[in-house]
Amino acid sequence: MSSLNTLPNVDTQTASAAKTTLLSIRNVAKTFGPNVVLRDISLEIAQGEFLTILGESGSGKTTLLRIIAGFETATSGDLWMSNERLDQQPPYRRKVNTVFQSYALFPHLTVEENVAYGLRVANRPDSEIKQRVQEALDKVKMSAHAKKKPSKISGGQQQRVALARALVNRPQLLLLDEPLSALDANLRRQMQVELKSLQREVGITFVFVTHDQEEAMVMSDRIALLRRGELEQVATPREIYNRPATAYVAQFIGHTNLLRGEVREGVAQCGPISWKTTLPDGPALFSLRPEHLRVSSGMPGAARVKAKVLTQAFHGATDLVRVECADGLVLTLRTPSGGIKEENVGVEFEPADAIPVLESQERS
Amino acid sequence: MFSRAYRTMVTVPPLAWVAVFLLVPYALMFCYSFWSVSAAQTIVHSWNFANYQELLEKQVYWQTLLRSMWIAARVMLFSLLLGYPLAYFLSFYAGKRKDVLYQMVIIPLWVSYLVRAYAWKTILGSDGVLNTLLQYLHLTKHPLEFLLYSPFAVVLTLTHIYTPFTILPIYASLEHIPRNLVEASHDLGASPAQTFWKVIFPLSIPGVVAGATFAFVLSLGDFLAPLLLGGPGGIMISNIVVSLFGAAYNWPLGAAISLGMLVIVVSLLFISERLEKKWSHS
Repeated sequence: MSSLNTLPNVDTQTASAAKTTLLSIRNVAKTFGPNVVLRDISLEIAQGEFLTILGESGSGKTTLLRIIAGFETATSGDLWMSNERLDQQPPYRRKVNTVFQSYALFPHLTVEENVAYGLRVANRPDSEIKQRVQEALDKVKMSAHAKKKPSKISGGQQQRVALARALVNRPQLLLLDEPLSALDANLRRQMQVELKSLQREVGITFVFVTHDQEEAMVMSDRIALLRRGELEQVATPREIYNRPATAYVAQFIGHTNLLRGEVREGVAQCGPISWKTTLPDGPALFSLRPEHLRVSSGMPGAARVKAKVLTQAFHGATDLVRVECADGLVLTLRTPSGGIKEENVGVEFEPADAIPVLESQERS
Repeated sequence: MFSRAYRTMVTVPPLAWVAVFLLVPYALMFCYSFWSVSAAQTIVHSWNFANYQELLEKQVYWQTLLRSMWIAARVMLFSLLLGYPLAYFLSFYAGKRKDVLYQMVIIPLWVSYLVRAYAWKTILGSDGVLNTLLQYLHLTKHPLEFLLYSPFAVVLTLTHIYTPFTILPIYASLEHIPRNLVEASHDLGASPAQTFWKVIFPLSIPGVVAGATFAFVLSLGDFLAPLLLGGPGGIMISNIVVSLFGAAYNWPLGAAISLGMLVIVVSLLFISERLEKKWSHS
């Protein structure tokens, strides 16, 4: 979409230019009857990259993954892997393996047989199968459960087996469809770290699908944010957080304050707040992170406004404070734990922290 | 949750039904099988094993039992060979036509057994549809005699009648296979054929066992198909039981055979249940 062209993604371009492209998604669209699920998706995934496709439910992220795996056919567009056409191959010929959301372990086979499956159907010699299965199970710390049926092990263990079953085939590309969503919060955080270090260790390209923005931030080299079937922004986690391209991205990733106003003769005016800017004249929308707002300290050059404290919420190391300015503009600021004692305060921010973003278009 | 009176009201009638029409007749049969018939054709209520001894000694009973099992085994085999592909197609490839095709499997079950058996008689008879057609096409000069009044006719008819009974449980077990297992198999590099033999078929075995049991047990006890279409060579064990209870008026011997059959069938059901459990993974 247009936002990708108008805003420079410097980090992204240098990052992917340095490495060779493994998977190239070109103008892929998918419709189910009258429903447009994906429209005009183009994305280059670099060799060895950990790319996360992030989006709400219904954004089309799983469909995109299934198109890469070969379980769905794109309505238009094509896929290239290592400069070969991928989308015309059946799933069983693709050098792509998937870790399914519900793991999809074969219930009639033991853990060991599940992991050996891909090598068996490829007719690898028995000695090689035995060795590689052993290695894969060791890597995910499941050797002790090799002879058990999937129904006899826990969800977290099934997840590891599913991972071993995919990795043992040494795919060029591993697809992960919300593999952590069934795990409880603690195990989930632990697996995020393990998965990331495993990916570095084996050097396989990961395409990870999730709806959890925190998970995406922690694990990914780059995030591709999907919204209603279109890519909203593709960038590194830091860039997507610090320089969101659109209002939707700014709101989806972390908390933000959206300031709507206009620029006239080098001054941005949003409600009662104004600051100097180099942006051209016209209507403007800014994203201002709560941590960039603070109680006035009289710093020269800061944009400032008087406000009344509405609510304060304790968030551990920090508090989130909602304040109301003149004309009813409500801002959220992150303060050190302890919050604000006064009822009426001045709040301020550095003009450079107000990031201009594009309006997110309404789509059906 | 429910009152005692309500529970009694709901449970007693079916239990009474089972007791009066199932348990009591079985008990009576059990008793009869140890009694005998006098020369004057009256039942002698003296307890002995003479009937069972006769069963073990006379070859005709053994041969008929073996023939019945052989016919039942063939019916089972052909029903599975016909039923499995159809169930597989229904479950995996029928798409929107699934419901209609499923109904078409069920509908023949609404037609009376007798009508279907007679239909085969008209088809297979020496002036029947098939022979007329074969002669009209000059493929044969005379009617083929083996078509009717033979074990062939019995196997054909029973296969036709019992195939839906194999399709339904196989279809049910195929429907229970999570489709993501099929995707996972393809994803791991297995071709459609490998996926069938390594994932789909093993997971459908409980349905195959259930269907095989239906076809075998129902055919083993059948007496109408052999009576109408079997001829002398197609006599099955139930025909002997029928004649012993009827024309021959030897209820005790008939009861002994029936009990023997009951033991065989119950053992089969027991084994089949074990097999189904062994192969189910839910």
